[in-house]
Amino acid sequence: MTRDERLALLPALLKEHILVLDGAMGTMIQRHKLDEAAYRGARFASWKRDVKGNNDLLTLTQPAIIRGIHEAYLAAGADIIETNTFNATRVSMADYGMEALAGELNCEGARLARAACDEAQAKDGRPRYVAGVLGPTNRTASLSPDVNNPGLRNITFDELHDAYREATAALIDGGADIILIETIFDTLNAKAAIVAVLETFDEKNVRLPIMISGTITDASGRTLSGQTADAFWYSVSHAEPLSIGLNCALGPKELRQHIQTLSRVADAHVSAHPNAGLPNELGGYDLTPDDMARHIGEWARAGLVNIVGGCCGTTPDHIRAIAEAVQGVPPRVPPPHKPVLHLSGLEPLASVQ
Amino acid sequence: MTQTATFINIGERTNVTGSAKFKKLILTGDYTAALDVARQQVEAGAQVIDINMDEAMLDSEAAMVTFLNLIASEPDICRVPVMIDSSKWSVIEAGLKCLQGKGIVNSISLKEGEAAFLAQARKVRRYGAAVVVMAFDEAGQADTVERKVDICARAYKLLTEKVGFPPEDIIFDPNIFAVATGIEEHNGYGLAFIEATRRIKATLPHAHVSGGVSNISFSFRGNDRVREAMHSVFLYHAIDAGMDMGIVNAGQIAIYSEIPAELRERVEDVILNRRPDATDRLLEIADKYKGGAAEKAVEDEAWRALPVNKRLAHALVKGITTYIDADTEEARLKTTRPLDVIEGPLMDGMNVVGDLFGSGQMFLPQVVKSARVMKQAVAHLLPYIEAEKSAGEVKGKILMATVKGDVHDIGKNIVGVVLQCNNYQVIDLGVMVSTDKILETAQAEKVDIIGLSGLITPSLEEMCTVAAEMERQGFTQPLLIGGATTSKVHTAVKIAPCYSGPTVHVLDASRAVGVAGSLLSNAMRDKFAADVADEYARLRAKRAANDREERLLSLSEARTRKFPVDWSAYAPTRPTFLGLKVFEDYDLQELVSRIDWTPFFRTWELAGNYPKILDDPTVGESARSLFADAQAMLARIVAEKWLKPRGVIGFWAASSIGDDVALYDERGAAAGVAHFLRQQVDKRQGAHDLCLADFVAPEAAGYRDYIGGFAVTAGHGVDERAKAFEAKHDDYSAILLKALADRLAEAFAERMHERVRREFWGYAADENLSNEDLIREQYQGIRPAPGYPACPDHSEKPELFRLLNATENTGIALSENFAMWPAASVSGYYIAHPQAHYFGVGKIGRDQVADYAARRNVTVQQAERWLSPNLAYERNR
Repeated sequence: MTRDERLALLPALLKEHILVLDGAMGTMIQRHKLDEAAYRGARFASWKRDVKGNNDLLTLTQPAIIRGIHEAYLAAGADIIETNTFNATRVSMADYGMEALAGELNCEGARLARAACDEAQAKDGRPRYVAGVLGPTNRTASLSPDVNNPGLRNITFDELHDAYREATAALIDGGADIILIETIFDTLNAKAAIVAVLETFDEKNVRLPIMISGTITDASGRTLSGQTADAFWYSVSHAEPLSIGLNCALGPKELRQHIQTLSRVADAHVSAHPNAGLPNELGGYDLTPDDMARHIGEWARAGLVNIVGGCCGTTPDHIRAIAEAVQGVPPRVPPPHKPVLHLSGLEPLASVQ
Repeated sequence: MTQTATFINIGERTNVTGSAKFKKLILTGDYTAALDVARQQVEAGAQVIDINMDEAMLDSEAAMVTFLNLIASEPDICRVPVMIDSSKWSVIEAGLKCLQGKGIVNSISLKEGEAAFLAQARKVRRYGAAVVVMAFDEAGQADTVERKVDICARAYKLLTEKVGFPPEDIIFDPNIFAVATGIEEHNGYGLAFIEATRRIKATLPHAHVSGGVSNISFSFRGNDRVREAMHSVFLYHAIDAGMDMGIVNAGQIAIYSEIPAELRERVEDVILNRRPDATDRLLEIADKYKGGAAEKAVEDEAWRALPVNKRLAHALVKGITTYIDADTEEARLKTTRPLDVIEGPLMDGMNVVGDLFGSGQMFLPQVVKSARVMKQAVAHLLPYIEAEKSAGEVKGKILMATVKGDVHDIGKNIVGVVLQCNNYQVIDLGVMVSTDKILETAQAEKVDIIGLSGLITPSLEEMCTVAAEMERQGFTQPLLIGGATTSKVHTAVKIAPCYSGPTVHVLDASRAVGVAGSLLSNAMRDKFAADVADEYARLRAKRAANDREERLLSLSEARTRKFPVDWSAYAPTRPTFLGLKVFEDYDLQELVSRIDWTPFFRTWELAGNYPKILDDPTVGESARSLFADAQAMLARIVAEKWLKPRGVIGFWAASSIGDDVALYDERGAAAGVAHFLRQQVDKRQGAHDLCLADFVAPEAAGYRDYIGGFAVTAGHGVDERAKAFEAKHDDYSAILLKALADRLAEAFAERMHERVRREFWGYAADENLSNEDLIREQYQGIRPAPGYPACPDHSEKPELFRLLNATENTGIALSENFAMWPAASVSGYYIAHPQAHYFGVGKIGRDQVADYAARRNVTVQQAERWLSPNLAYERNR
């Protein structure tokens, strides 16, 4: 099945089902307790800096482990698999001196996920989608790193844009079906990504669906850069995304109200992949698969969501439970587009029609 | 919830081409002061801020980027969207790269041809902004209606068909040009914009129309009063034609209806080009208005140059006390009698205030501030008037009192202030005033009206007592009834029948003046009293008819419909201790963030929910100003420890026995009993008749459940300080302090409940809710308070206080009618069961009253007195 054929099936699938996204990558990698040598593999055995913790690098040095994780999520019932490319931009890779690998990491990351999906699809005929992940990077375009110098920035829109263009092109080359801009804590970073993605589409003469997922950082109900969920939606809706959603930072209990907000205001599909609760004292996550499934099942029955999955602390068992909980539940029906002007700062402005 | 606005104000002051002040700040690199300009715009109500750095002496791109990055660190500014304003595309694009929100580009046009226009439009869309399109094409800027409309239609077609630009994100600027310039061709510019707007809105669906409003009045630079009038008149007609956004000085638009008729007519002639000599006629009178109302945004002191009488009027209307003593003294020296100052300029000013308030153009907090100015002026004059021994002319004497057993006086004080503003002499007897004292004072002072106030439900009963006593002693003066629990229906059904004089319910302070005026006017009194009596008679008749329809179940039947809890499936959490825990001097700062502000605004008769009320088109300005005053006082309350919050909580083992809950101490010995009431309404089949005891496990459950109690106060320190304010004739601050103390007490109760759930009782240890959730009560368990709908009998408070040893532990005392003193106090029970929820007991029948009397071991008559607001029947007095 070609990408075009797969994508042609997507609208009908979304109309009939709540689609399931996979769960955490980092949590699963931790289980393998890899050491520095394992991260380096043969190819980077003599790399000038330590690379332990560079999970994206494992796509190249431990591809069997990454593929195994993809397969476990597919077996658990995931319809959409996220590539192992959360930090695979030039900007983030600078921490390891690996800027030059950004293209290869994205391309290989997409290829690996595509291969696992093709295999699963061959078994039961169900289409599986690869979401090429563009992470937030480790910099923020609208916040200063220095409280005494609020006008300062350690990254520019253009630098982010260039890094995202490189990553997007490689993800498409490697076989991504969807581009997923996720864990957005600064909307300006995401807006740079949106420009980059749309330009890449023009350049390659393709038009893939875009998924956008922000992060509400804490009980304030705002992103790190200060936006409310609805203001966030109005700020990125020009990407005309397949879905808008939220992931990470919060567990389902805390996230529900914000998903509800998006569900009310957005005319796109709504996605959610929360953490398995808030981190406990040991930095672990406590929600069991049943706990997660109970929450997300309730969201589904309340008609809030179209695409669900898990973020930090979730495992194939969580995804299996979530998939079972939403099976047969009718998906949210996105409201029709209303020709109303919405503007936003940190907060939405009263609309004018 | 996103609301719908009909017109969006775009702040114009952060524009180097339009504001000399802002330009100077940017050129000298004083970005801190430049940010203040932006902040003032937002505070003055700008919903979007326009930013323009087009200045030859500037690196405009760098200035735009620097300013936008700085704004991004100021949440009180960047909460609103930004309009990036430049004639240079490179500046616009640099700005777009700094905006995380969805802003507006101002502007692009067909000036350079279609290719450049399309390329820029595509980029704007990619960056996620709305766009202003100027009516400008290859041939130049459009000045006629036809050209304006044609260019906009062409741009609309290109944008929607070639770029896929959403039509709702397109904003047309059909060019506002200066009128009354002396050049005849310019006379039609105002009308051309308005007409073009009408056609654009009619033919280009979903698109918007905006413009730079200040341009229209360019020829009247230096005469702000005329400019404001021109802006206001222009907007009035343009908005009517469909203009839905405008770049304006948000703090500086005259109210259309407030423009003097002469000025308005001549301005209207100019804007609408109604007569050939319109410009000359406006110029004729323009000088008269020069310097009348200077820029409010910068707190201009120009009014200080006015004659003293005008200054007094200004100070009153604006509520400014800064110069009032000096100005009053100056006015006194100019008159022969000090009383002339009161009867002249001060009364004139207060009449303006009264009119603005009466017509809804001014709101309560402003009125109370005006009253503060008045009182200080009068206080300054009083020694001279005393010396002269001459009484001022007042409209009437009104006695006001909070009735016996009740301590709440915020509303009464507000009404008192408003009445005083309107030239009534108010004799305020304070709180907890006995019937005898009210009636003795009324006789001795020969008052014209008696006003009674109260907040708690037993006060309703007291008001009936006062009314009956007035009847017995042969009073004839009108009786006014007000306060949060009072209502027109209660006044009509329960109070009015006790007294044959006029008895009128006054809903809020804004009605008080009208009611008093009608009752004291020889011409209107009889008709007004008769109308009210008629209306109340109808209410009574309707009420009687309804009463027959409302069927109650018998108590025994209602009990069979108790709320079904599966007690076998419930394991109560044992509180971390049984017994009491006392909190001395609780941290005020911790309570501040938990304040629920919406009721605070309601106290001041500003309707709307916080925080949206701050942006409300009608009361927003008033609400923001009040909120700023409240924040300033809160900061002092905390920093200078004005108040000393004290509280006590307690937990007991408990079992429900019928509708009672028996409490046991840690050793299992009986500690006390809480008596609750049950709904008796005949609900639809399957619904339940609730009683709080339903949510505590019965003895039959085989285990003991638990119940908690609390009493908290933030009122210690309020009275002394409020009296000090009043002594300085500053009722505004006194009322503000009381209102804040009330909010802090509620916040204390809410915070304590949270800590009880998570910490002290601990049944919801992992709860983690935002302040909004807390305000919406989205948590497990309830904290019902005696005297409120779920347990409406205030007389249960003494038992609760005994259990908590509350008076000793918190300093809260109970009045004979069970009001808590200080007034800023809250007490109640804690019930933990997950299905526990609030409800109203509603009406109860004779059988329950008899049952309750037996449970409480009192006579039926006593129980009826306590429960009178809930009786479904008329009791015999």
